[in-house]
This record gives sequence, structure tokens and C-alpha cells, in this order.
Amino acid sequence: MPAGGSNPADRRYTTEHEWIKPEGEHYVVGITAFAQDQLGDIVYVELPKVGDQVEAGRAFGVIESVKTASDLYAPVSGEVVAVNSELVDQPQSVNEDPYDAGWMIKIRPADSTELEKLLTSEQYSEQTGE
Amino acid sequence: MGSPSSQTGLLRTSLTGVHQRLNARMVDFAGWDMPVQYPTGILAEHQAVRTDCGLFDLSHMGRVSLRGPDALALAQECCTRDLSRIGQGEAAYSVLCQPDGGILDDVIGYVLGDREILFVFNASNRDNDVAFFAEQRDRLQLDVELDDRTLQTALIGIQGPRAQEVLQPICSADLEPLAGYAFLNADVAGAAALVSRTGYTGEDGFEVMLDDDAAAHVWTTLMDSACPCGLGARDTLRTEAGFALYGHDIDRATKPYEARLGWVVNLAKPSFVGREALARLKSEGPSRRLVGLHVAPGGVPRQGFAIVRHGEPIGVVTSGTFSPTLKRNIAMGYVPVALSQPGQDVQVETRGKAVDAEVVPLPFVPHRSRPRAKM
Repeated sequence: MPAGGSNPADRRYTTEHEWIKPEGEHYVVGITAFAQDQLGDIVYVELPKVGDQVEAGRAFGVIESVKTASDLYAPVSGEVVAVNSELVDQPQSVNEDPYDAGWMIKIRPADSTELEKLLTSEQYSEQTGE
Repeated sequence: MGSPSSQTGLLRTSLTGVHQRLNARMVDFAGWDMPVQYPTGILAEHQAVRTDCGLFDLSHMGRVSLRGPDALALAQECCTRDLSRIGQGEAAYSVLCQPDGGILDDVIGYVLGDREILFVFNASNRDNDVAFFAEQRDRLQLDVELDDRTLQTALIGIQGPRAQEVLQPICSADLEPLAGYAFLNADVAGAAALVSRTGYTGEDGFEVMLDDDAAAHVWTTLMDSACPCGLGARDTLRTEAGFALYGHDIDRATKPYEARLGWVVNLAKPSFVGREALARLKSEGPSRRLVGLHVAPGGVPRQGFAIVRHGEPIGVVTSGTFSPTLKRNIAMGYVPVALSQPGQDVQVETRGKAVDAEVVPLPFVPHRSRPRAKM
């Protein structure tokens, strides 16, 4: 799997390697290219249900590669309005296309100002040393 | 090589530099700087071994020669299997046991001749095993020199249905007649090597031991037609093959009979460490047994997860993975003998959730390794 390269500038990032992207009045959440590369081949993704509440900085799911399991952290608080059910059968989408087909959940944010507190793509790239 | 790196304090094999140039992800494995995977990834490496050919650096594994007039006598005292029943040029899987029958290590013993036996074993047990050999030698006052060859030699695994096709062009000896667990001396890419038809993947394959200064050339030559594989794929492959891994499925607290390794204990052999305890354990029968489990879709079962039945803990997972070949979760673990028959329904506690599991026969994926010649 190629390493991160450039992280899209149309979204924000967390220090825990999630990305969050505005889409209409919702936010789409996934993990970064760096994160999927560090995890290796992903074989299982456990996501919340539509209607669940997630809380910024708290685990909302689990992602597992062959070697390891890792929590997924919510970048902002809000209600889950959609989950990517394709990942049940195609968890490798997260490896193949982390910034698009590998998205995980969509959130209706509780507080729309939370997003600006997160890292920009430049700040995130700096953190991961790219 | 085999020298500690000044940067990490870890031991380096003669191939560590090669792995780094291949952009392998390196980890500390039993004090060695080893590749866990290459950029191709564990699933692709695993697949290469099942369908084609994979290449493994096994140079971290302990390799100690017992040499001298009493070499066989010492080997016989240390391991549970009767090595007098196999001839020169043959090897045998066995275990070393404590006096109470607990497993010190699992090993392969190579009968190099009347006066020399080579043991290959787990990297994590090297100091313990060497001390154990020396202790038995001194106790019985045997005339044997112990020669730890680990730091002067390399060990390369070539595994998969195409292994012979890959190795043959650079091997001076005809590999076709070589039976499972047999070995021979040959030149490999011009270097003197011991070539055995052994492995830890369930596939046909070879392990090649040679001086460490020849290893990089042999590895790069083989890489043209085989996929480098790290410890990650080695673990998923051996789990599918139902092979125990020391420190996971077997350790000092486990006995051969419960680990399904009774077949390597030759109680007819007059003397070996642990014999009395093992004779008693065999007549009593084990109370628990290592089993295979198919685990329903969900989180990957991992070492330490509880095995439960009707809400009660009955055992523990000792190895677990997503099986790349079967595309399902598999695990090994210990359960009471009464629940160890295939078809038993149990559950595996996976991060707070009880996931359905069924006891299944081992191995999970049928072995395709060459059979050994008759013992």
C-alpha cells in the first residue's frame, strides 16, 4: 500500500489519524492514508448504528488489521446519520481508498464550531512527518 | 553479522539490511530486528505462499550443534522423541520438557551423523535451551561439545507449491527425491548449505542453512522468483496449518498431551528429562486439550480472549487470526477434554461480546507438505 503522500485539503484531521469532511450539513469521517498504512491489511471494521450518539475524542468503533485492533475516535460530537455498510464485506476499501470509498460514518454535528479546532491537512502532514 | 545494532540494541541477521532496503516494517522479535511485513502486505505474502512461493528470513531461530562421541546420547536425554529411530540425513520435530513434563521448547532435531545432532528452535528460548543442553551434559558427564551456530549462520525458508521449482535452479543436488523432514548437503548459489524439506506453513518447502556471508546473495537470487514474507504472514500461515507457537499455544505450563503433541513423546525410550512425569500424565489423560475454533464474523479472535459456554469461562484463546485462505476468523485454544470434540458449540469473548464459535478439526487448511519417509 503506498504511504500517505498528500492528504486532501478539503477536510480536517485528528491527532488520532481520523479525517472529517463537511458534506452539506453533515460531516463524513474516515481514517487517513497514514493510519491505514500503519495498520496494514484491514480485515474488520465495527461501526455504530444510525441514530447513535458519538462524542468528540471517544471511541465510536473498532478497526482491525491482521496484526492488530485499534479504536476509532470521533473527531466531533453528534448523531450518526449514516454508516458505510460496504465495509462489512469490503474492509479492504479502507486500505485501497481511505479518503473516499473507505469512509466510515456520517455525523450530524452537535456544534459546528468544533471542526475548526481540528488539524488542517498541512498541520496533520507535519505531524506524520510527510 | 548476528551483532547487536548500535542504534537499537537488537540483534541483526545477515539479511536485516536487505529487509530494510525492501522497506520492510521491522519489529523487535525476541531481541532480533525482524521484518513483520514488506510493503506488499501480510495478505499478499500469505497468498504467495499458498499459491506460489514465499521467502522467509528465519536466521533468528536458535541453531545449536551437539558434537562428540555422546552427541546422540545427549540429544536423546534432552528431547522426548526417539532420534535413534531416524537415520543420518533425517530430521524430526520434538519437544524439550522439564522434569514435570511442561514444555521448555519445541525443536527440530537433525541427525547429521553418529557424532553430531543439530537442534533448530525458537529464538526466544535460545539461552534457556543452550543452558538446558549444558545442564544435562554436565549432569550425565557426557562427552559433547555444544556449538551455538546461530550468530554465524543464516536460515532461509522457501515455502509454497512452487518452492522446489524456485530453489532447484540454484541448488547443486536433485531436490525431487528429498522426502519431508529429510535433508542433504548441497551448494546453493555457490555456497555450502544444509537443505531440508521442512517448514512451518503447511506447504511443501525447504529451509536452507548456510554461512551468513552467503545469505544476502542467496536471498536476492531467490527473490527473483519468490515473494519475501515477514513474521506476520508466518504467523497466519502456521495458524491455518494448526501448528503450535511457543509462548502462545505451548509453554512451560502446557504438557505435550494437552497440546496434541503426544505423538512426539516416545515413552519406550529408556531415559529422557520428563519421562516419569509424562508417563503418569499419559495414563491419567489430559483434562484440557488444544482445539481449533471457527469463530463467527466479528472482531478477530486474539490470544488471551476467554472461551465461554453458557456464560461460564471454559478456556482461553492461545492463537487467533483472520484466515486469509478461508476468509473467516479462526482460533486455537484450550478447552476441557469433554468439550474438545469437533462440533461443540462455544463462544469467544471478543471485547465484551460473546461471539459464536465451533470446535473444528485441526489443521484449518489441509497440509500439502511432502510426507516423510517411513520411520
